[in-house]
Amino acid sequence: MWEYSEKVMDHYEHPRNVGEVQNANAVGEVGSIVCGDALKLTLKIDGGLITDARFKTFGCGSAIAAASALTEMIKGRSLEEASRITNKDIAGFLGGLPEEKMHCSVMGQEALEAAIADYRGVKKEVHKEDEGEIVCKCFSVTDQKIKRVALANNLHTVEEITNYTKAGGGCGACIPKIEDLLEEVWRGESARKAPGGRLTMVQKIKRIEEVLEEEVRPILKRDGGDLELIDVVENKVIVRMMGMCQGCHASELTTKGLVQEKLRELVDPTLEAVEDVPG
Amino acid sequence: MSQARVYLDNNATTQIAPEVLEEMLPFLRDKYGNPSSAYSFGGNLQKDLERARDRTAALFSCHPTEIVFTSCGTESDNFAIRGLVDAYPEKTHVILTKVEHPAVKNQAPYLRKKGLRVTEIGVDRQGRLDLAELAAAMDNETLLVSCMLANNETGVIFPLEEICRIAKEHGVFVHTDAVQAVGKIPLDFSRLPVDLAAFSGHKFHAPKGVGGLFVRRGLKIRPFLIGGHQERSRRGGTENLASIVGLGRAAELAAGRLGEEATRVRDLRDRLERGILRSIANSEVNGDPEHRVPNTTNVGIHFIEGEALLLALDKQGICASTGSACASGSLQPSHVLRAMGVPFTCVHGSLRFSLSTYTTPAEVDYVLETLPVIVGRLRELSPFRSLREIEAFGA
Repeated sequence: MWEYSEKVMDHYEHPRNVGEVQNANAVGEVGSIVCGDALKLTLKIDGGLITDARFKTFGCGSAIAAASALTEMIKGRSLEEASRITNKDIAGFLGGLPEEKMHCSVMGQEALEAAIADYRGVKKEVHKEDEGEIVCKCFSVTDQKIKRVALANNLHTVEEITNYTKAGGGCGACIPKIEDLLEEVWRGESARKAPGGRLTMVQKIKRIEEVLEEEVRPILKRDGGDLELIDVVENKVIVRMMGMCQGCHASELTTKGLVQEKLRELVDPTLEAVEDVPG
Repeated sequence: MSQARVYLDNNATTQIAPEVLEEMLPFLRDKYGNPSSAYSFGGNLQKDLERARDRTAALFSCHPTEIVFTSCGTESDNFAIRGLVDAYPEKTHVILTKVEHPAVKNQAPYLRKKGLRVTEIGVDRQGRLDLAELAAAMDNETLLVSCMLANNETGVIFPLEEICRIAKEHGVFVHTDAVQAVGKIPLDFSRLPVDLAAFSGHKFHAPKGVGGLFVRRGLKIRPFLIGGHQERSRRGGTENLASIVGLGRAAELAAGRLGEEATRVRDLRDRLERGILRSIANSEVNGDPEHRVPNTTNVGIHFIEGEALLLALDKQGICASTGSACASGSLQPSHVLRAMGVPFTCVHGSLRFSLSTYTTPAEVDYVLETLPVIVGRLRELSPFRSLREIEAFGA
């Protein structure tokens, strides 16, 4: 069972603003029953102000909570303010969502975008144009959406993309394509952070060694631990924990939290640190 | 709100029967010796081990030497399939069904990687196996058919006798994942000519961490866990004696509950099912109602989502499960219901209740009082009230 915050449970059990606004002048419908969640948002917009917002949701507990939260967040706000609300804001309002449920907050943001587009008479054309090419056939997710959500939420791995958009969570056939898109999204970023443009493999390994030597090992040594670089396979940096770190319960946390963060910050934001467990 | 737990998820796991725990305790306290040791400490532990084997064999009407104890159902399935594949390297084709438990289903990529062909046989809208497709899939290279006896999600029972007959005509071995059938329906391996059958203790009131594999006498099979001489060298590793003793006792208890008690559970299940169908519009049973284990019902409730249902049921102290994508963590809804061609609206809103010998009529009535209220509340939230509205959505 998922770990939901108290706020999520509260909004799930006592959802606010359920139903449909009478004489709504902005309607957003997103999701589908095939994917397992759908949201219909109806708004009354008056003089640039959202005077009423109601929702109907087919979906799990967090989908209901995210929709309920959204209506609370936008009621009484100007269209201008509301249009700046992101999925992160929705998740934040709820005291966080489990990673695997972040797509519920994305659905909220998309329903809002669709409703505003509807009000402005763009009639979802905004989304149609934005649709691009379908990458994930199981959940009908386009390349544009993947790129947009990756950038907005600083997502670097396929797993994260799946949690936020569901893409890649079905048959998995599109995972290589998602990897390419992530590469495309973050290539510019990595060039910016690492002077001299894209690193060659040799440069990359050298840089990884430097960062491990200067930034990571001193911290581990303080606790009597150490680590060794075993290999670099594409974007996977394989390290072996040594000393006190070896077999430590928190070693995965160290690998992901410390090693990976440092490497992403200082070498390449697409790097993934993996612990090599001696056989 | 606090109330007693109503546990209706017995296909996931069951409580340890008090009688089982009682018999296990001495082996967790004083009789902790190794059955392989030569001294008499703790009494003759070999004898306790073999008594458990006799009791287990009695449940299946097979010979005790045909029972190999393992750690769980998944190990037993792995042992059966890999052990047979390794014993017959000249055979290159394995048949599974599309509705197998992951313990069997996920062998397919492994087998394909090894260079074997794997065929997965489909089911109809009621979850019944397509026997014509099964017969047509067999050829000279086919080694094995692995098909479950009872489905964990719907409770649908496959006609194993018929499957064995078809397989034997083609000289093909049959393994059955019987995990969800043991303790629910009578099994007689002296009559039913399967070659291998996997079972798991915690599905019938023994503890978790113990299971077994029926291996027909004379069958050539490679050990899966290579090690010491335990289990006649077919499964190395010191025996989990306390749990095996528990499994033996649970098998004995189960044997005594296959008659009248099974009928009592079936009646309760039917009462629950009828009550749900009567009180909730747009609900339907998933799976062939004629050929099912007596404790399981899978109901699809249209226009609402299963995880939301489970959350609300849990608040009222009721434990059940769903085939919805959102509850699984995999984003994919139940492969079983999808293979049956159940529409998505019904898959996402599917609820499985699985009863046990400890289920009471009062518990069933409590669910029947509670569920319609929850469904009513969630349907209030749903943008859909009809299939037409689903089709029109977002258009």
